[in-house]
Amino acid sequence: MNKSRRNFLKIAGITAIGIASDKYISARTQDTASKLAKVINPTKKLTRTKVVKKERLAMVLDLKKCISQNGCTKCIDICNKIHNIPDFGETKDEIKWIWKEPYENAFIDQENFYMTDEFKDKKIPVFCNNCDNPPCVEVCPTQATFKRDDGIVMMDWHRCIGCRYCMAACPYGSRSFNWRDPKPFIKDVNPDFPTRTKGVVEKCEFCDERLSQGLPPACVEVCPEKALVFGNLNDPQSEVRKLLKENFSIRRKPGLGTNPEIYYLV
Amino acid sequence: MLEHALKGNKKYWGWLFFLSLIIIIGFYFYLRQLNYGLGITGMSRNVSWGLYIAQFTFIVGVAASAVMVVLPYYLHNYKEFGKVTILGEFLAISSVIMCILFVTVDLGQPFRIANIFLYPTFHSLMFWDVLALSGYLVINVIITRVTLSAENKSMAPPKWIRSVIILSIPWAVSIHTVTAFLFAGLAGRPFWLTAILAPRFLASAFSAGPALLLIFCLILRRITKFDPGNEAIKKLGLIITYAMCVNVFFILMELFTTIYSGIPDHNSHLQYLYIGLDGNARLVPWMWTSAILAIVALVFLIVPKIRNNQKMLLIACIIVFLSIWIDKGLGLVITGFIPNPFGKVIQYWPTIPESFIALGIWAVGIFLITIFYKIALSVRREIEI
Repeated sequence: MNKSRRNFLKIAGITAIGIASDKYISARTQDTASKLAKVINPTKKLTRTKVVKKERLAMVLDLKKCISQNGCTKCIDICNKIHNIPDFGETKDEIKWIWKEPYENAFIDQENFYMTDEFKDKKIPVFCNNCDNPPCVEVCPTQATFKRDDGIVMMDWHRCIGCRYCMAACPYGSRSFNWRDPKPFIKDVNPDFPTRTKGVVEKCEFCDERLSQGLPPACVEVCPEKALVFGNLNDPQSEVRKLLKENFSIRRKPGLGTNPEIYYLV
Repeated sequence: MLEHALKGNKKYWGWLFFLSLIIIIGFYFYLRQLNYGLGITGMSRNVSWGLYIAQFTFIVGVAASAVMVVLPYYLHNYKEFGKVTILGEFLAISSVIMCILFVTVDLGQPFRIANIFLYPTFHSLMFWDVLALSGYLVINVIITRVTLSAENKSMAPPKWIRSVIILSIPWAVSIHTVTAFLFAGLAGRPFWLTAILAPRFLASAFSAGPALLLIFCLILRRITKFDPGNEAIKKLGLIITYAMCVNVFFILMELFTTIYSGIPDHNSHLQYLYIGLDGNARLVPWMWTSAILAIVALVFLIVPKIRNNQKMLLIACIIVFLSIWIDKGLGLVITGFIPNPFGKVIQYWPTIPESFIALGIWAVGIFLITIFYKIALSVRREIEI
């Protein structure tokens, strides 16, 4: 922990939090703390911008809206198309960035035999949670998978050695491996996005390539029900924050401490 | 000294030729795997580690087990192990090389393996495991090289080698501990998420490893002039007995905590292993075989009359080895992935190419052991040249 933050935490009178590790001062606290810092010590804050993260990108998924279009696969289709995801026609080697799982399986730690008919036996979309504390990043021996400042967990397909330790570490089954050359199994290659080689791991990256052009993730854009909302959790005015403030949300396996950043509204 | 490996009778060359054939077949399938990708194996999106990593885990244990002869000989000056210690060290070298090969064939991009050193990542246990294993290899190569060449010249080994040997003792423990940490540190895989994993790994290693060493000793006694001595055999048998008791005890600890607490996430893996889950029971007959073999081995080992009968001891060693091979080299790694994070059972079984690649690596290990033992015994003039 660097000095400047320790200073302003002290001044703000919340040293108790300061004793806890860096991780526990969540992105949200940092946001308030940064405002305090501006008031108390504006010059120091400006020289240490890295400490205060401006962005924590996250996704909010309105399950009721999504389930109302049961059978819709628009988000999956567009993702597969623009990201050059192959279709092998079998499940052993399959690669998937977004797919649907029954509610009971996606929220396996919330076992309940008496669910409302609305959710019972319904399939819901799952993707990489782009965790704030990603176990895949922790175990990767080459930093081929890494977390960006805005929170997106990225893959470097040129550095990955294909040890698949990240796949063992991911509690969500969100990672896919190229068990064989995917290129012959891509229907129409999108020239604007790289194809992968055999022997590397891949996953959803919140459409980083679109974000850099100021576009939302493709799944968000294409959803007919507008069930998917993407935005910055550290901005209190953002739509994601508003939705989370007004609705009850759940996350997948929050008890593991991974801090998943996909919120499901129920 | 190494020239001893190049001299030998017809049986020696025939054996090496036979092993080379298996290695070549394995290598052929590895070339096919390089060409096609790891999809040639039975591994899938759900069971993303299989036979290779499971064999790796088992053999790290064999490598670590050299400490069970090194420690009594060098630390307690137990002279009876004078003849078997070098065999234990050579077994460690061959095993570590097998481990490196198993990890390498498991990589999707083996030509990028240097990235582990180019981008050293201290928070990854994989990095530490690579470091621990390569360090252990270097240490054992130095030890065997120095002690044996001193013996070859009928000289006492230099004094500094003793500190290297002492270092090899905690290092041996570390390689298997770090390997256990690879698994035991993953929050999302409840089957491995247990503090007793590293102790279990060590206990199983210290029974299966010396069992293998004892099997080799008894084979060598039959086909060469080498004799480990009855005292050494007895003592090895005792070491195996204690380690196997502790191993079975640790397995029971794991079973108790998991079954009695009844947490579904943890329980489902054991269900898959021992009774089958959702109608899938591919490993059930294997695991029960392993369990029954373990019980039989315990009876053979604990009753002094049976243990002190060298023929029965040999059988007990084979049983111990098989029981632990099934438990660790098959059940332990694969079952961590079954059921998958969604609670679904997607089974795994190695394919033919995968099995031949694994067999090829075993053949490399046995090939190395053969020539290492040939050198060691030739230096000690315990073999006809």
